[in-house]
Amino acid sequence: MSVVSVRSVRKAFGGHVVLHDVNLDVTEGSVTTLIGPSGSGKTTLLRCLNGLALPDAGIVRVNDVTIDYGAKPSREARKALAAQSGMVFQAHHLFPHRTALENVIEGPVYVQKEPVAQARERGMALLAQVGLAEKADSYPSQLSGGQQQRVGIARALALRPTLMLFDEPTSALDPETVGDVLTVLRDLAEQGWTMVVVTHEIRFAEQVADHVAFLDGGVIVEEGPPAQVLGDPTEPRTRRFLRRVLDPLADGREEQA
Amino acid sequence: MDAGVWELLLNSVGPLVMGAIVGTIPLTVLSFVFGLAIALAVALARMSANRLVASVAAVYISIIRGTPLLVQLFIIFYALPMLGVVIDPYPSAVIAFSLNVGGYAAEAIRGSILAIPVGQWEAARTIGMGYTLTMRRVILPQAMRVAVPPLSNTFISLVKDTSLASSIMVTELLRRAQEIAAPSYQFLALYSLAALIYWLICSVLSLGQQRLERYLGRYVTV
Repeated sequence: MSVVSVRSVRKAFGGHVVLHDVNLDVTEGSVTTLIGPSGSGKTTLLRCLNGLALPDAGIVRVNDVTIDYGAKPSREARKALAAQSGMVFQAHHLFPHRTALENVIEGPVYVQKEPVAQARERGMALLAQVGLAEKADSYPSQLSGGQQQRVGIARALALRPTLMLFDEPTSALDPETVGDVLTVLRDLAEQGWTMVVVTHEIRFAEQVADHVAFLDGGVIVEEGPPAQVLGDPTEPRTRRFLRRVLDPLADGREEQA
Repeated sequence: MDAGVWELLLNSVGPLVMGAIVGTIPLTVLSFVFGLAIALAVALARMSANRLVASVAAVYISIIRGTPLLVQLFIIFYALPMLGVVIDPYPSAVIAFSLNVGGYAAEAIRGSILAIPVGQWEAARTIGMGYTLTMRRVILPQAMRVAVPPLSNTFISLVKDTSLASSIMVTELLRRAQEIAAPSYQFLALYSLAALIYWLICSVLSLGQQRLERYLGRYVTV
């Protein structure tokens, strides 16, 4: 069974339609990347998977939690949906008043009622996994952007979700720290995590993703394995987007020529 | 000034300081603690999605801020007895000041909560926290830091506002000064001494505010 199934999801902000009847499936243990120009709806689609964005219509299923947005979803249903996944934000959104370790164990201790000693032990192991064991007692403001993002990943993993969502995890980072974060993502993929990643890192998608969905104007224009979507796209819009991302100066040259 | 005035002043320091210790300071502390509790409740009510709850809080804030504190105090002490509610001077003062702080501090607290980025709410949501837990563990601890400067203003104002309690016969710093000044006609000396003591108390509080801000801001490096 697929981990995620999205059917005919529609979402508008005010009069502006961000998602037009989108369908998406994510199989267990796979890495799905959502790519596309800004405003294409990829982040909104990701946020529909944990209820941070509420679709106006359509069905979202994660594991055995299904919400049909034909009716107003109950608070319990939304909570159950959110509990299926861990989320890593573009701007990390760590709790600034808590240390790295405290950020990681906040959910396990206060939401899942895990004993503190056990949560700390697991938290330390998670920080070690993302290469930050020695930063356990640092506040977020004392960490670099890449380190903050890796703490954010550990915080999301700490709740033992079955699905990990990443919203442009490297877009706000200095170029030299992007690699550290992508390495952690690749490691998670190798460990078999089911992941959905909104990203502009085409190389990452090529090397790590199992499935790539290209969105534009609120629809999935093209999807499939990376070799197909990124290596040999059939849609002109996909081709144009990839050309711009991979060679930002190309359009300028064409115009001058 | 002649020697008699100096002697009177010296002899008055003790009673005035006692007035501060038994009156001004406990009045301030009690009213501030109760006031903050009221303020937090009013601030949360004001932000409630329930329109009725939100408007009750708005009306409360409007009344408190729109009427003089002295009038609020007189209503509780002089007017309520006409409805059969008789309250002693000291508790009357505590009630009036608490309600007053509750109205003013509510807006400071509301502002500090609104100052916390929405991303913090979202992050809390994704780790499974509901409204109460998010408030308690994520939002309020951060809002506290933002709220210290405006709440310190309220606190320091309150120290001086407690002098109004002298008008309903509460024995506090100013009342003591009045009691000594009246028979001796040494108004300048006694009221100056009272002013000095108020100023000293407020100066100590300002120092405390700085230390508290440093403590609450310990996780912020820039």
